[in-house]
Amino acid sequence: MKILVAVKQVAALDEDFEIRADGLDVDEDFLLFDLNEWDDYSLEEAMKIKEASSGDVEVVVVSIGPERVDESLRKCLAKGADRALRVWDDAIEGSDSSVMARLLAAVVRKEAPDMVFAGVQSSDHAFAATGIGLAGELGWPHAAVVNALDYAPGARQASLKRELEGGVSQSVTLQCPAVLTIQLGINTPRYASLRGIKQANAKPIDVLGLGDLGVAASTVGVDASLSRVRRMYIPPKGRAQMIEGSPDQQAARLVEIIREFKGA
Amino acid sequence: MSKILVIAEHRQGELRPVSLELIAAAQGLGGPITVAVIGANAQAFVPALSLPGVDEILTVASPFAEFNPEVQEAAVAALITELAPAVVLLGHTVDSLAYAAALAGKLGLGFASDVFKIECQGSDLVATRAAYSQKVNVEVDFPGKATVLLTVRPAVFKPAEGSASPATRSIAAPAVTTTSAPGEYIEIASGNDIDITTVDFILSVGRGVGEEANIQQFRDLAETAGATLCCSRPIADSGWLPKSRQVGQSGKVASNCGLYLAMGISGAIQHLAGMKHVGTIVAVNTDPEASIFSVAKYGIVGDMFEIGEALKEALEG
Repeated sequence: MKILVAVKQVAALDEDFEIRADGLDVDEDFLLFDLNEWDDYSLEEAMKIKEASSGDVEVVVVSIGPERVDESLRKCLAKGADRALRVWDDAIEGSDSSVMARLLAAVVRKEAPDMVFAGVQSSDHAFAATGIGLAGELGWPHAAVVNALDYAPGARQASLKRELEGGVSQSVTLQCPAVLTIQLGINTPRYASLRGIKQANAKPIDVLGLGDLGVAASTVGVDASLSRVRRMYIPPKGRAQMIEGSPDQQAARLVEIIREFKGA
Repeated sequence: MSKILVIAEHRQGELRPVSLELIAAAQGLGGPITVAVIGANAQAFVPALSLPGVDEILTVASPFAEFNPEVQEAAVAALITELAPAVVLLGHTVDSLAYAAALAGKLGLGFASDVFKIECQGSDLVATRAAYSQKVNVEVDFPGKATVLLTVRPAVFKPAEGSASPATRSIAAPAVTTTSAPGEYIEIASGNDIDITTVDFILSVGRGVGEEANIQQFRDLAETAGATLCCSRPIADSGWLPKSRQVGQSGKVASNCGLYLAMGISGAIQHLAGMKHVGTIVAVNTDPEASIFSVAKYGIVGDMFEIGEALKEALEG
C-alpha cells in the first residue's frame, strides 16, 4: 500500500528583488526557496493515514526540479516520508504545470500508488493546475480543494469534503485510487523532530531522468507548454496613502479615521 | 476576435455572480459570445444570462442538478469540439479547479488560470496573471493554440448588465460514467457567534500575530475600538479564532463593512476577495511591499503590536 505525495519547492521574493534581464522572471539571486505551504498539509495527511493503519503503508514524496529541490525533499523525509523521488532534466526548464502533470503521470505509472495527493496550488505561481492536470493525464478519479478526508489505506472508496466559497463545504464520495488536491487547514502539520532530521539523511532520494520515465524530450519544456511567458513586470503601486511618524502619531491619525467613520 | 465560449456557474439553484463577470470579460474581447450552462435545471438560468452581447445561450441537460467535475469536463469538451471557439472563459473558482486543468491538458488547449486581464495584441491573445504573492504581474500568450482556456479571477470584471433576447438552444450532456458522487452542502456553523457579514467595523488580524497568546491584545483593542475581531485564514486554521470569523474567499465576505483595519495581514488574493470592496481599508504591516497596501486607503509600515498598543492608549485617552 502506497501513497504518493507530489510536492514543489516554491520561491518567495527577497525584499528588493529585480526582474531578470530577459524580462521573463525574477533574477534567481532574489529568490528564497522553501517547501510549498500546501504540501506540508498533504504530506501530513499521508502521514496520518500511515500512522493510523495497522498494515504497511509507504509514503513516497516526488518533486520536479534541479538539485536544490533535494533540500525540500529532505524536509519531507525528516517529517516521516519513507523515500523521495526527484525528476529532472535540463530540458524540463521553463515547463508549465501541464508538463509537470505529464511527468508526474509517468512517475505514478511507475510507482503504482493507491492514492496521490498534491497541494491545491503553489504559493509562487499559483496556477492551481498540476494536481488536477495529473488526474486528467491518468484518467483517475479526482477531487479538488479537499479539506477533510476519510480514507483507509487500500480502500476502493474515500469520503471527503471539498471546500467551496463562502464558508460552505460539500461532502463527496469517490472511487480510489484517486488524485486529491489538499487544502490548507485539513490538519495541523507536524514539525520535523531532531530524530527525524537525523534519519532523513539515511533515506534515499532517487533522481529520475526523462529516459527513466519514458518521456520524450520533445514533450517537455516551454515549447510543449500550454502557455508562454511574454513578460514579467512590477505592477504600479497601489493607492494606499501612507501614515508616517512615530507610533503615537500614527495611532492618533488612526483614531481620527475611526471617529470620522463612526460619526459618518 | 472569433468565437468566445463562456461557461456559466451555478450552485444550489443560484447563478453564481462570476457568470456575469465572465460575460463582461467576453464583451470586452468583442467576438460572438456563446454562454453555456450545464445541469439538470439549466433552463432556469436563461433569463439571468440573457444579456446584451450574448449571441446564443446553450442549455446543456445533464442528469445532475449540481456540479459534477466529470460531467462538466465532458460537456465543455464536447462544446469546444462543436463550436471551435478561440477563447473559453471559466471562473477561477473551486468548481473550475476540479476540471479545467484536466480538460486543457487532454485537448492540448492554450491555458492560463486566475487571469485578471485579457486583451488582443495584434493577432495574439494575451492574458495577465500575478505571481509571487501578487508582487509581480505576468503576461502570457499561447503560440499556435487555436483554442485558449482561461479561468478568470472573480470580482475583477464588473458584472454585465441589461437585457437582450439571445437565441437559445438545448442539448444533452455527453453520457459519462462518474467515479465521484457529490453530496450535501455543509455551511460553517457560526453557532452563537456574531455574523461577520453584518458588521460595519472590523479589526482583522493575520499571520503577523505570531502566536495564540497574542490574540488577546487585539481582542482587547477591538473591544476598546468598538470593532469586531476577525482574521485571515492561517489564524482560523490554527484554531486561534473560530472559522466563522475568517474573512475571505473560503470564509465570509465583509459585506456590510465600511472600515476594515487589517493588522499583520499580507493580503493573499483569497483574503482580498472578502474585503477589498470595503470603503475604508487601513493596513498595518511590517512589509512595505505587502499586497494589502494595494487595496488599502491608508497604510502604516510598522509593527502591529506597537501600533496596536499606541492605538489602544490613544482611544482610551
